[in-house]
Amino acid sequence: MGKSLFQKVWDAHSVRELPNGQTQLLIGTHLIHEVTSPQAFGMLRERGIPVRFPHRTFATVDHIVPTNEVAEPYSDPLAQAMIEELRKNCADHGITFFDTNTGHQGIVHIVGPEQGITQPGTTIACGDSHTSTHGAFGAIAFGIGTSQVRDVLATQTIALNPLKVRRINVDGELAPGVYAKDVILHIIRLLGTKGGTGFAYEYGGSVFDGFSMEERMTVCNMSIEGGARVGYVNPDETTVEYLEGRPYAPKGAAWDHAAERWLSFASDPDCDYDDVVNIRAEDIAPTVTWGITPGQAVFIHENIPSPDDGETESARESISEALEHMSFAGGEPIKGIPVDVAFLGSCTNGRLSDLKEVARFLEGHKVNPRVKAICVPGSQAVGKIAEELGLDRIFKEAGFEWRAAGCSMCLAMNPDKLIGNQLCASSSNRNFKGRQGSPTGRTILMSPLMVAAAAVTGEIADAREVFGILEPAGV
Amino acid sequence: MALENIHLVRGRAVHVPGDDIDTDRIIPARFMKCVTFDGLGEYLFYDTRHTPDGEKKDHPLNDPRFDGASILISGNNFGCGSSREHAPQAIYRAGFRAVIAESFAEIFFGNSIQLGMPCVTADAADLRELAAAVRADPSMTVEIDVKDRVVRFGGEEIPCGLRDGARQSLLEGHWDPIQDLLEGVPEVEALASGLEYMRA
Ligand code: SF4
Repeated sequence: MGKSLFQKVWDAHSVRELPNGQTQLLIGTHLIHEVTSPQAFGMLRERGIPVRFPHRTFATVDHIVPTNEVAEPYSDPLAQAMIEELRKNCADHGITFFDTNTGHQGIVHIVGPEQGITQPGTTIACGDSHTSTHGAFGAIAFGIGTSQVRDVLATQTIALNPLKVRRINVDGELAPGVYAKDVILHIIRLLGTKGGTGFAYEYGGSVFDGFSMEERMTVCNMSIEGGARVGYVNPDETTVEYLEGRPYAPKGAAWDHAAERWLSFASDPDCDYDDVVNIRAEDIAPTVTWGITPGQAVFIHENIPSPDDGETESARESISEALEHMSFAGGEPIKGIPVDVAFLGSCTNGRLSDLKEVARFLEGHKVNPRVKAICVPGSQAVGKIAEELGLDRIFKEAGFEWRAAGCSMCLAMNPDKLIGNQLCASSSNRNFKGRQGSPTGRTILMSPLMVAAAAVTGEIADAREVFGILEPAGV
Repeated sequence: MALENIHLVRGRAVHVPGDDIDTDRIIPARFMKCVTFDGLGEYLFYDTRHTPDGEKKDHPLNDPRFDGASILISGNNFGCGSSREHAPQAIYRAGFRAVIAESFAEIFFGNSIQLGMPCVTADAADLRELAAAVRADPSMTVEIDVKDRVVRFGGEEIPCGLRDGARQSLLEGHWDPIQDLLEGVPEVEALASGLEYMRA
């Protein structure tokens, strides 16, 4: 019997069994950011424990950095204190820090891959649930809590139980205007927000074979929204090609050897999965959320459900609660609902390919004057290349604000926030109540091009209609 | 440093109803601009407990009858969303020592156990019964027996779920694994030296 990638990587990194029966798992690569690390460094200081493998921890700052001011000190003294704390911790312990003046700062899940730090067959941990993003490279990447950040700093290991593996095949061909974001929103809609509990999701099938690394990252990113702590795609030629020449990728003779080793981590064809799910690409249409969990989603041409559509009492209650927060009646079309804000960015969809794809269609269109539209590159590197390509000009001419790199309006820890009950068309990954900074704010998750369509029309719209993308007959 | 063996959590309880209560709701992100966890307890469920103007709303945690409760009862998929340990820390620092829910999100569960705060599951009907009993008599003592995996209240007893590994960690005082992990460091170094990408 063959082994899955998960098993191979797990076995290669298992140190020993702990007294409580858990595995002590070696974490090859540790990524940290300003929000979940200071308390961990504090705990080390309290106990006088050193950082064991400082060269395997990499830091950046993303959550609190303002994207509309670059000069320090920031207007928010708490944000300033947090960035300084991280600077100090990195300097004290000899940790590489992609600081704001390096040109490499950005959202941690964008920086790791773009630096070539994220590699196949490795284990990665970060005090951030969207660490699952790095699974796109065939790494096993865990989001961890702050006490575990402390554990990794102190020992380069964490205590864990193995996961089961669910293979999710998406076969066929996605229709034009249907993107990786729609694929993952569809998977979560089908399997539920806690369907992945106890599982690692292995994504495969012809759609994933054809996906770029950036598309794979978009899907793996939201594994956590499906309840799976880990999501991954087996490494292949696309993976190797992406990594070649990146700053932290092996060079010269070590390169050939590394590439070969990486590919050997892919799941064996005869491995036994704990569960298999098959999805037809042709069944997926542009998908948008209508509620307050990422699983509450519909295709753009569908209606928002009513409480009566719930099969159980608790499902009916959840629908009612979501409708109440969103101020939707239920039973009405999602298309045509007015939006106030359009947010393009985040670790789900703040990469160069996302910006390029939107710019391709946005040129010549104008943002509806009622809408505040912002475009936030996920990293300084993404921003720089985008500017070299003139994408910033296209966004600005259309009426988008063009920002510096950071998490921005994905969450409410920096100046970008919804106000009151504003409704935001967002390319991010969470639509929880209050997620975007206003307790009564409302978020609708969708692909970047759908965000652009909402910005242009001022309402939830079908990007295929707005931008004249032809659909093949029958979809 | 030996850790406490946690066999039993006993105290008064409060029911915060709802499914999919995510970590943004447990502790809104703006309260995470801090370099220590001290004081987080104050902001537990802040946005559901207060109006946008900061006035207290009708919420079980604002109800003085539940002051001093140390067991939190909730619904399905509790603690979903971000990995922020600020969420279990806020719950713990608000005085809670255990959570009972229909199910828990994985990272939240792990973070809580690591604080020595048991998170046990119960089925929906039993939870409803427990919640009703707590509402009827807020002074009632609820007891979570980690060893026997039952919850006792007002003469009743309902079964509760807790994975073997977590249960054992709590019972044997291994819930915070740092000491055990540190003991393994020589083996860690040996394993790491065999992995090319980990060499300096
Ligand atoms: S972009 Fe959003 S989801 Fe991603 S790391 Fe930043 S806050 Fe978290």
